[in-house]
Amino acid sequence: MRVRRSPVLTVVCWALLGYFLLPLVWLLVNATKTNSDLFSTFGLRFGTEFALFDNVRALATYQDGIFFRWFANTVLYAVVGAGGAAVFAAMGGYALAKYRFTGRRGVLAAVLGAAAVPGTALAVPTYLLFSQWGLVNTEAAVILPALASPFGLFLMMIYAQDAVPDSLIEAARIDGAREGRIFWSIGFRLLVPGFVTVLLFQLVATWNNYFLPLIVLNESDKFPLTVGLSLWNKLANAGGVNLTEPLYPLVITGSLLAVVPLVVAFVVLQRYWQSGIAAGGVKQ
Amino acid sequence: MSGVRANRTAYLFLLPFLAVFAVTIAVPLGYAIWLSFFKHQLIGGTVFAGLDNYTRALSDQLLHEGVGRVLLFLAVQVPIMLVIALAVALALDSGRMGGGAIVRIGLFLPYAVPAVVATLMWGYIFGGQFGLAAQVFDAVGLPTPDLLGPGLMLASIGNVVTWSFVGYNMLIFYAALRTIPAEVYEAAAIDGAGEYRKAWSIKLPALRPALALALIFSVIGSIQLFNEPSVLQALRPSVVTTSYTPNLYAYNLAFTGGQTNYAAAVAVLLGGITVVIAYAVQLGVARRNRVI
Repeated sequence: MRVRRSPVLTVVCWALLGYFLLPLVWLLVNATKTNSDLFSTFGLRFGTEFALFDNVRALATYQDGIFFRWFANTVLYAVVGAGGAAVFAAMGGYALAKYRFTGRRGVLAAVLGAAAVPGTALAVPTYLLFSQWGLVNTEAAVILPALASPFGLFLMMIYAQDAVPDSLIEAARIDGAREGRIFWSIGFRLLVPGFVTVLLFQLVATWNNYFLPLIVLNESDKFPLTVGLSLWNKLANAGGVNLTEPLYPLVITGSLLAVVPLVVAFVVLQRYWQSGIAAGGVKQ
Repeated sequence: MSGVRANRTAYLFLLPFLAVFAVTIAVPLGYAIWLSFFKHQLIGGTVFAGLDNYTRALSDQLLHEGVGRVLLFLAVQVPIMLVIALAVALALDSGRMGGGAIVRIGLFLPYAVPAVVATLMWGYIFGGQFGLAAQVFDAVGLPTPDLLGPGLMLASIGNVVTWSFVGYNMLIFYAALRTIPAEVYEAAAIDGAGEYRKAWSIKLPALRPALALALIFSVIGSIQLFNEPSVLQALRPSVVTTSYTPNLYAYNLAFTGGQTNYAAAVAVLLGGITVVIAYAVQLGVARRNRVI
């Protein structure tokens, strides 16, 4: 059934789209400017010279290229953290959906209850525990907390209930397959759309995480992009007495580079996560 | 499969999750509660303090101001964000607009932008040095309001958070709307229901679980407000004080003030408030569900 288009609705929604894209367009335009153009030319128009590549080169050399160190750290934290979290959530969610075992309700209640506890309450004790365990200022301090995604577990459980038919598991058992093999060769394949959703959302959560790394890391060569960029912003605003180079173009160009990978991932993988959101968001 | 074997297999599958869950959530939470019952003294070291930290928190003016600020934020920003998300989801679902797919993905993109970068962009756009807002106000010959001043800072933070999360909530609502079977609309059309009637009587009730979920997440997010004010603090330290939000306060107490035990109590109290409000929201929604 085709419905009549409403011009008013279209105009309003496209105006709204303009607002949502504005900062990203601004970022793109200003990442191409020199420091003096940044201050002297209009924010949404290109400057007198196109300095994007100069800015990227400056990022690569400033403080021995620490920016790309932050970039590599972020990739490491996000990929290991999100990958592990998604696998653990898939395994646990499958178990909660497909096995009737003693303590199932207890596990579910504990996980959901704890998920409602804000990260705030955890930050200080996490830091203290990690420092006792010698984990402060290590990669593990950022990756370990990223591996636990109660929301991911919950989403995978709901997804597995429908996506993996009990009859298929029974048939595999009759054929003599072991439980582990049933999961990895049958169950997991059917869980892929839900898995990609959890992976993507945990990727975003870890890539964008600021509070936790800010607390558990204290040497800049371990920083992820968020903490590093925030530090540069602080230095840029504190006044440039000790600055060998204007920092604003570096912060702006660095921000652009920090945004690109996830935006590309979301656009490329939209089919997956849109179906995953449909499965997870609705049934809760 | 026998009970014992089912138990063993299920727990083997759950083991990796439960292990990281214990180490990074359950144990720290227990430790925070434990810490909050002690205090550090110059003479005598760390001693049991009972509820002292909590009574101190309840009469802490700085904490009160912070809590008041995030509750105000919650009361204003969350409804604005959810109403925009709901309106766009309904507009997309009606199919009455051109380029729906582009609007959908475009509005969602900010979700993928780190809060730090989102705040930096908006902070620069609103700021006084090379701010786009000031350039536009100058161009039309109007005085520029101080968007990062004491009067408008909270609204500017609200703008950043709204920008970041409208698309995410919109997608959840949109996904819920897509699950309504076409027959329901056909039956409604036969009964003579118009578009607004359909939206009110079919779509909104179908959205209730998704709305409850979005509301709970937004409540938790508002009370925890940290990233945006923390980044803006670098731009305007005089406006965003070290106790601007309760979370910022707890952070500063623990990491610059060295008051670990009191910070733990503040964090636990804050967590408690969040859980109570989230639970109340859920109860409210559940009760209304039963009536209908």
